[in-house]
Formats: sequence, structure tokens, C-alpha cells
Amino acid sequence: MAANRFNAFTDYGIGIGLRAPHYQHILSRKPVVDWFEIISENFMIDGGRPLHILDQILDQYKVVQHGVSMYFGSAEKPDREHLRRLKELVKRTKTPWLSDHLCWGSVDGRYTHDLLPMPYTFEAARLTAQKVRQVRDFLEIPIAVENVSSYAEFHVSEMTEWEFLNEVVEQADCGILLDVNNIYVSSQNHNFDPFNYVNSVPAQRVAQIHIAGHSKFKKYILDTHDHPVLDPVWKLYERAIQRAGHTATLLEWDDSIPSFQEVHREALKANRFLSETTLAVAV
Amino acid sequence: MKLVTLQRAVARAVMQPLTVSERMRRTAPGGESMSAYAARYIKPNDRLTSLERLEIYNRQYWFRVLGSMAEDFPGLRAILGQRRFEEMCRAYLAECPSRSFTLRNLGASLEVWLRQNPKWIRDKQTLAVDMVRLECAEIEAFDGKAEPALRPEDLNGSSARDLRLRVQPYVQVLELHYPVDDLALEIREDNNPADFASNALTESRKNTRVRAVATLEPKQIFLVVHRMDFSVYFRRIEREEFALLSALRSGKAIARAIALAFRRSSVPEFDRAGYVRLRFQTWATLGWFCRPEEIDAR
Repeated sequence: MAANRFNAFTDYGIGIGLRAPHYQHILSRKPVVDWFEIISENFMIDGGRPLHILDQILDQYKVVQHGVSMYFGSAEKPDREHLRRLKELVKRTKTPWLSDHLCWGSVDGRYTHDLLPMPYTFEAARLTAQKVRQVRDFLEIPIAVENVSSYAEFHVSEMTEWEFLNEVVEQADCGILLDVNNIYVSSQNHNFDPFNYVNSVPAQRVAQIHIAGHSKFKKYILDTHDHPVLDPVWKLYERAIQRAGHTATLLEWDDSIPSFQEVHREALKANRFLSETTLAVAV
Repeated sequence: MKLVTLQRAVARAVMQPLTVSERMRRTAPGGESMSAYAARYIKPNDRLTSLERLEIYNRQYWFRVLGSMAEDFPGLRAILGQRRFEEMCRAYLAECPSRSFTLRNLGASLEVWLRQNPKWIRDKQTLAVDMVRLECAEIEAFDGKAEPALRPEDLNGSSARDLRLRVQPYVQVLELHYPVDDLALEIREDNNPADFASNALTESRKNTRVRAVATLEPKQIFLVVHRMDFSVYFRRIEREEFALLSALRSGKAIARAIALAFRRSSVPEFDRAGYVRLRFQTWATLGWFCRPEEIDAR
């Protein structure tokens, strides 16, 4: 089930985010890694070192693109320059699928550079799905939308977050990048059962899974990507894998980044759940 | 409520400047209380009020954009000092919020804005603007486009009189009133993590930097900011070289560019041919020229 039309029928294993502090290690030691996820915007440039590094990585590794500023949920149309540059990068990386967030972050051409939560309304779902379709048609590759972590909910919402996600992906006929850490963070901030969320997602649409660490504050949890994955998140991951099967999994570690080996070791912990699923399927 | 209406209202609050203690302002953009404004759109929960939830995004926004400005303009920050730099950035970003999907372009309007709002750089106007120009040039030189470089065979059969040599887009040519390249290099050294091995050393470096800014004397310089092997370099050039490169960049034919370069020049006429030959040789070796347009068109 995990190789599906939303990840171009690939069977990727466990990847990690490609981050600048690890460039030297990766290029000189050439560690065995199933795949790397890149932040598209870091490479949507005209030249210089970032693209030079990327080309070297592409020579040796599988790469999947993940974006942070498409803002599928923003009411405005997609930015043409953004799309043009993104398509250029897609051609360069040959990413089998592309992901970005189910959120908004710009309005009237002004960018917040943040992943702001959606109001869960039918109008927002329709507009968001329309935009996902437009982007997919332009890029000509499968799109997966990622659930974000959030700290606020809107009065105007007409459904739960997972109902909204399902509404969007059904209307857009796109995949899901299921971030189980984000589900956990939001569940704590908004008092819902995270397993309800995971159990409600259409498993056949899950193209990829994200795992990450977070930080607890007195009154809320912040999605900081600066820690190892915590136990409650692993439990959600286990459940997601039981439902979606052996799915491409990516560890995000974006702040206080430790050594490459430490990040990779943390990511590979996912193997124990993936192996169990494989065994269960075999039995 | 329409999606766009809600997004405009929330974005206005999120992008509203923080207080000096880095909290959300208690007054909303339209003048009403921020608590009432937030409560209109955002649900409270058992731990946080609507305002506190909105404040998380308000603070994240400012921490992110201010962090990006500090990363891109360490030289300007050293000139203005941390506090004045942040105040200036808040005012700049309130008037010129990001209009690009990438934070790379966040400071793109800073030079123009500072010229229109000199109160933020008061007694250091020229120095500060010079530094902004240098730091913007560094960004361009770092990841600007590189066209295929000129090869000797590309010039075969070209008429020297009408030939137009294009300068690589990533090569930035600047005329500055202060030697801000020296200052930028000093600041870069200052930011070296190795400096933080000892507190005493850090303090001593900090003082050096402050002294360096305070004692920097005006001096006209001409500078190329370029990259080689994917690293950015500064290269001081002479006035004639600056005029020549600027003329080529603006699309002048070589013969015309050379004539412009030596207007009011002290280089003796007898030496000019050798002067030009040597510069072109060096610049071509550095890969600063793209293939001529005539060649591309063939």
C-alpha cells in the first residue's frame, strides 16, 4: 500500500533532511542513506554553492523536494515566479513527488514566512484543493500536502482538522505527507486525541511520513525540530505505519543540529516499526 | 466570513510590530483592543486566551524576519549597534514587508528605504548605505546566475570595434565612499565561532570591532564582489577598471567602454593598451565574462 500513485509508486525507506552543517560529512564520507529531503526554497536560486552541493548530492542519492512557502491555503493565486523556479528545480532533482504544507502564509502579496493554520471551512477546503490541482498540473508530478502543527484555532471552523485534511485531499485528489509530530503537537495544544486523527486519515493517500522532536512550554507545545523524537510521537508513528504500510519516512531536525551520525541514528529508529509492519504483513 | 477577509485580519495582527519587551501590542491595527480583535477570530482554550495564541504567531514572525535581517546584514548591525539595528529593521519591515516567497530577498529594498529614511542611520548615513550595498552585493555574488564563461575561440572572427562583452550576472561592481570591505572582513572574523572559546577573547574582539567602526575614515574605493570556486571574494580595483567594467555591464561595445574608462585618467596613453590587455586577461581568467551575445545568436 505504501508505494502508491501519490509517491509515484516508489518504495523509499528512511531519509533525513539535507542540512548545511552536514554537507561536508555527506560529500566526503558518502554515508549510506536511503534518501534526502531538501527544502525546495533553499535551492530555487540561479547559481552558486547551494546548487553545486545539490548536484553532487543528486549524483549519489535519491532526493525528494519539500516546500515551505507554496501556501496552498492562501486565498491568492500561486505566484508565477515561484512556480517557474520550482519547476526548474523539479527538473533538476527529478523528485518523484513534491510536498508542501496545508496552511497559508501570504495575503495580498505579503509573506509572513510562517505556516499559519487554516480555518477549517468548506470554502477554504475548496479553494485550497483548487490551488493544489493548479500547482500539480503545472509541475506535472504528484503532490502531497502536509498537516502543520498549530497554536490557534478559528471560530469560523466548520469541521475538525482531520476532516478538513480529508476534504482537501479528496477534492484535489492528492497525497498526504502525514507529520505525526505535528499531529501530536496540535493534539496537545487543542485537546484532541491524536489517534483519532491518525485513524481518520485515508491511509491509501499517505505518500510520506514526517517524524521530529518538539519542545514543551508551560502552556503549549512548540514544533521546534530540535530534539530527538519523543515516545508519544513514536507511538503515533507506529499506528500510522500499521495503517499505511511501509511508507517513506523522514526525520526533520532543523535547529541545534547534532552530528550527521546522531541525526541518522535517530531516523533509523523508525526501522523497528517498519520491520514489525513488514513481518505482520508477511504473516 | 470569506477566507481572504480572515487572512487579511490575521496577517495584519501577526505582522504588527512587537513591543520593546517583545510582546504583542495591546492595541490592534484599527485602534481597538488587541484582546477583542484576537477574540473575534481565534478560540481561546483552557490554558491560553485568544490573544496569547495569536501572540505566538506574532512573535514567531518577528523573530524570524529579524533573524534573517541580522544574518544578511552583520556589517550594518555592527555599524548601528544591535539595538538601533533592530529598531531600524522593525521600521523597515513594517513599511516593506516581504513580497517574495524567499527570505533571501527580504533586504532587497533596504538601500532605497534607508536613503528615504536617513534618521535611522543619522551620523553614519554614507557608511551605512555603503555597507548595505556591499552586503546586498554579497548575496548576489553568492547565488547569482553564472552564464557560460567566455572561451578564446568565442572571439574568433568577432569585430573588436562592435564586440560587446557581457559581465557575469553574479559579478557585482561597486563604487564606495568607505573601505567597508575591510570592516566586513573584520566583522566576519569576529563572528568566527572559535572566538567564543574564551569570554576574555570575545570581549577583546568586541571592543576591536567597535573601535574599527568608530575610527573608519572615508576613502573612495572601487570594488568587485565576485565568487570563485563557490566562495565570495572582494577585489579592490582602480577607477579605470571600475569605469570599464561598468560600461561593459551597461552594454557598451568594447571600444566605447575603453574610451570611457580612460576619460580623465592619469594612466599615460602609451601604457593604456597594455593596461587593458592585462585587465581583460585577468578578468577572463577569473571567469567574469560570459559569451558575447553575437556568439550566442549564431
